[in-house]
Order: sequence, then C-alpha cells, then structure tokens
Amino acid sequence: MARYLMVDFGSTFTKLVAVDTEVGDIIGTASHFTTVATDITIGYEKALERLHQKIGDVRFDKIIGCSSAAGGLKMAAIGLVEELTLEAAKRVCLGAGAKVDLAFSHHLTNGDIQKIIDNKIDIILLCGGTDGGNSECVLYNQMMLAKHQIKIPIIYAGNKSCHDEIIPIIKEYGLNEFICENVMPRLNVLNIDSARDKIREVFLKNIIVAKGIKKIESQIDKVILPTPESVLRAARLLADGYVHEQGLGEIVLVDIGGATTDMYSICSNSAKRSDVIIKGLEEPYAKRTVEGDLGMRYSALGVLKSLTAEEIKTINLDEGVDLEKELVFRSENVDNVPENEHQVHIDRIMGRICTSKAMSRHVGKMEEMYTPMGMLYNQYGKDLSKIDYVIGTGGVLVHNQDPVKILNALEYNVKYPLELRPVKPKYLIDKDYILASMGLLAEIDPSLALKIMKKHIIPAN
Amino acid sequence: MKTIVIGVIGADVHAVGNKIIEFVLKKEGYNVVNIGVLSSQEDFINAAIETNADLILVSSLYGQGEIDCRGMRDKCVEAGIPNIPMFVGGNVVVGKQNFDEVRERFTKMGFNKVYAPGTPIERTLPDIKEVLGE
Repeated sequence: MARYLMVDFGSTFTKLVAVDTEVGDIIGTASHFTTVATDITIGYEKALERLHQKIGDVRFDKIIGCSSAAGGLKMAAIGLVEELTLEAAKRVCLGAGAKVDLAFSHHLTNGDIQKIIDNKIDIILLCGGTDGGNSECVLYNQMMLAKHQIKIPIIYAGNKSCHDEIIPIIKEYGLNEFICENVMPRLNVLNIDSARDKIREVFLKNIIVAKGIKKIESQIDKVILPTPESVLRAARLLADGYVHEQGLGEIVLVDIGGATTDMYSICSNSAKRSDVIIKGLEEPYAKRTVEGDLGMRYSALGVLKSLTAEEIKTINLDEGVDLEKELVFRSENVDNVPENEHQVHIDRIMGRICTSKAMSRHVGKMEEMYTPMGMLYNQYGKDLSKIDYVIGTGGVLVHNQDPVKILNALEYNVKYPLELRPVKPKYLIDKDYILASMGLLAEIDPSLALKIMKKHIIPAN
Repeated sequence: MKTIVIGVIGADVHAVGNKIIEFVLKKEGYNVVNIGVLSSQEDFINAAIETNADLILVSSLYGQGEIDCRGMRDKCVEAGIPNIPMFVGGNVVVGKQNFDEVRERFTKMGFNKVYAPGTPIERTLPDIKEVLGE
C-alpha cells in the first residue's frame, strides 16, 4: 500500500488531494490561496496543515504537483500560412497546456518582435513549411529572433530541411533554442508529440524556475506538468479506460474559470455522416482550446465584448437584467462570490454565454456546397454530435444548484445549424475538483486514477 | 524532388481522375500534394506556399471550372507566388464549345497550359517536365 499527495498550484488556489491505494480512494482534500507572489511554499504549507487537521498526521510516499500559477504558460506561435502551420503550432501549444498569447503568420516584423518582448512570453514555438517545403520564411523569422537577441526559450518545429542552417544561427547568436520534429511534416498532417514534449521539458527546466515555482521542490518530490496538460491526460484516461477498467467513451470537458474558459474534446475525427467531406488540418484526438476572453470575473468584460448589441438586448429582455452593468461590476470585483438568488442568476447567464461561445470556437463546422449532385458539406474541425458525456468543472458549475442549465448551452441548437455540437449528451460534474490531480495520479497509478474519477465525477442532476 | 499540388476545384466531387493523376505523377518521381475534391482556390494556393510547390495542377470535370478558376492568378500574386506555373484540365466549360476559344479564355486568366476534355495525364508529362526545367 502507498499514500500519494497530488498538489495543483492554480492561479488562485493551491489544491491538495490525498489518495490511499489500500482504501482505493481519496482520503482527504484541502486548499489555500496560492502564494507565488511572495513564496509559493507558504500557501502549500497552510493547505497541508488543513489537510493534516482533517486526516491526521499521515506521511506520503510520493508528492507530485502540477502548476498554472504565476500566469500559467504563455506562448507565442509562429507559422507560415495562417490556416496551416500557424494553426498546427497553436494546437501544439494548447495541447501542451499553454495559452497562445500571440500568433504570427508569414514574415515577422520589428513590431511583432516588440510584442513578444512586451507580452512577457515564456516560450516561442517557431514553425513554417512542410518538410522539404518552404524554407525562406522560417529562416527569415529565425534571423529576426536572432538579430533582436531574443533570450526567451525558442522551440524550432518547422521545415526539417532548414536544420543545418538553423544550428549555426543558434550557436552564433547564443540563442536558447531547441530543435524538434516539424508540427506539420506533410500538408494537413499534424505532428504534436515531439514539440509538445519539448515544451513540457522547457517548462519544467526553465519556466517554473523563473516564476519561483521550482522552490516548492524542496517540500515536494517534483512538479511534473502544466495543470491544463494534467487535466487533458485525466480526460483522456477517463474516455479511453485502462486495461480492464472501462472508460466512458467519447467525452467533452468544459472548465469555466475566472479568467478563461477551457474546452476539451476526446474523440476521433472520422466523418460521422455520409454527406460530408473532411477538410483542413488534421484534428488531434485529444483537443484543447482556451478562450482567454471568456471568464466569470477577470474576463467578464471579454464576455461582454463577445456579444453583439442585439444579443445583449435579447438577454436583458428575456432575463430581466442589465447585463452590461452586472458584467462591469464583476470585472471590477473579481473576488465577488454570489450571495443571493439574483447574483446566482447572473452567474448562470454568464456561464451559459462562456459555454456556448467556447463551444462555437472549439467545435467543427460545416460549409454548404451546392453541387450538381445536390447539397454537400465540407466539414472543418471535429464532429461532436455523437459525444456520450459532457463533464463540467470550475467554480460556477460546481457551486451552482443546477449546472445542467449552464452546460446545456453547448448543445446543438437551431440557432447554429452548421456547428457540429453535441446532441443530447449526458452531463457529469467534477464536484470535488479532482481532474488535475487525477491526471497526476495517472502518472503513477492509472487504474486507480480512473476508478476514483468514475466514482467522484457524478451525474450533474 | 519537384513538388506538384493537385486537386479538383469548386463544388466538384469527381475523385477518380484525381487519383489517376496522383498515381501517374508519383510514379514519375514527383512529390505529389493531393488536396482532393471540393477544393477552393485558397486551398491550392495555401498548399503551394507551405510545400514550396513548383506547379499547381487544377482539375475540373463538372462544367463549372471557368467560374471556379476566375481570379486565381490574382490571388497567387497577392499571396507572393506570382510566377508559379498553373495547368488546368478536364471538362472545364459548360457544353461543347470551340476549344481554341476556351484555351484562350483560360490563358487570359493566367493558366500556362489548358487541356481539352479527355486528355490523359501521360500526354501532359512533356509539358510538366518542360515547365519544371527537367
């Protein structure tokens, strides 16, 4: 038997989940404000103290952590054509648990470089050209980064044919640059793994040191993943199953936070109907998108901006609220916790907007084509219409009396006839906030992590 | 190895000829980037930029090719590949028309070679080799 402690250093809370392999379940959870601005160990020790108060003075065989503290992982993606290598680069960043703060296609300008510096980007992903394809643009961009003496870690995942020219540039300019496989080796073929592993490596070696998170490793064994990647791994395990323990099948996961709304889908991208032709870049089996402008508090104004004047008016009339006033109030009072029925109602409306907009941007879309053989459809992106389960996590969902009323905003709706949204899925809720921790536990004991998730992630109604 | 982008333009789903063209060109030793049926002008151009293609080969069999191909050369100019050779072939216009006139119209649109209905891909190989400088 063994006892493990999983620690999720979030942007707001440091969350602890303790597991006992003999009991085969969670034995305790605790949390405390994250204290990365001063000393990350303080918040951790406070949370640990609370945990010990609950479960006694247990010793842990292993303590591992994941982190999205201190702004998470901010990346800049650089590609050639917007719909091709740039899109591939963005998907790699998101799949690695990063936020894509900046995205550039074609040749970089001096202004673009300045933006990279001003935005305090953590890692740059430099792509462009299929293997043997265009090399001029990616070499130009490499030289731009070199000439401006960019000290930010760069990951080169572009045209393989340029390696021999890139290596001398790295040496000459003393760049902090790593070379890995092309994110798009052939047209519309997506190759995530190599670049994603390199991003994680750089995150663990450089970024958490720079952000003062590494310090915690004097107290715990290791920080092993960015939090969103840990969640992605948990979702994948929950969908796929492990050896004899069955998974749930194809799933969608929504995480509505204070600053962002994350959407995950674990499903293949095969065509699910006979009248479509799949177009565009290959879709990852485990796909994550992050909406930096959709969130319940820090991004409340982003939510407002995402709506048209007509949409705002409709909501105001239907729900009897003044949406603009409410959203401005929340963006100015980010620690606001709903206290009465009216505030819960507003949070529910916001949650529905975040869910619906995030789904619109995540889900595959159809494009109608009138042909001599009748109407045909081009499908861009993933068809989620046959998804079995939708799982919700994040404060607004976990604390709401009726989370389904928020989650079902992502369902298929006649308002969006060309979006391949889930049709009548079953809804589950991550009541105890365990997804990130279970992604960590999966690194040690996947079958136990799966069992615990199946037990604690419960029907939402 | 020279790279050729092939595909069927517009709302056209004729896939058989497209596969034959891919097969023959691959056998000739070309790197063939096949973007398939129902492809837009942008799909051809984006593929050509990203793969650094040497030639774009447009197929159309359903008669609406003339509408689908209009403005494609201008878009290439805009996208930074103004001089890329473009060939077109198939049943590119509606009904039976004098092919010399058809060829002239497509040449004006910026296509380097225009092939009459029923031209086998093998017959185009000398032109391909010539334009690729082989």
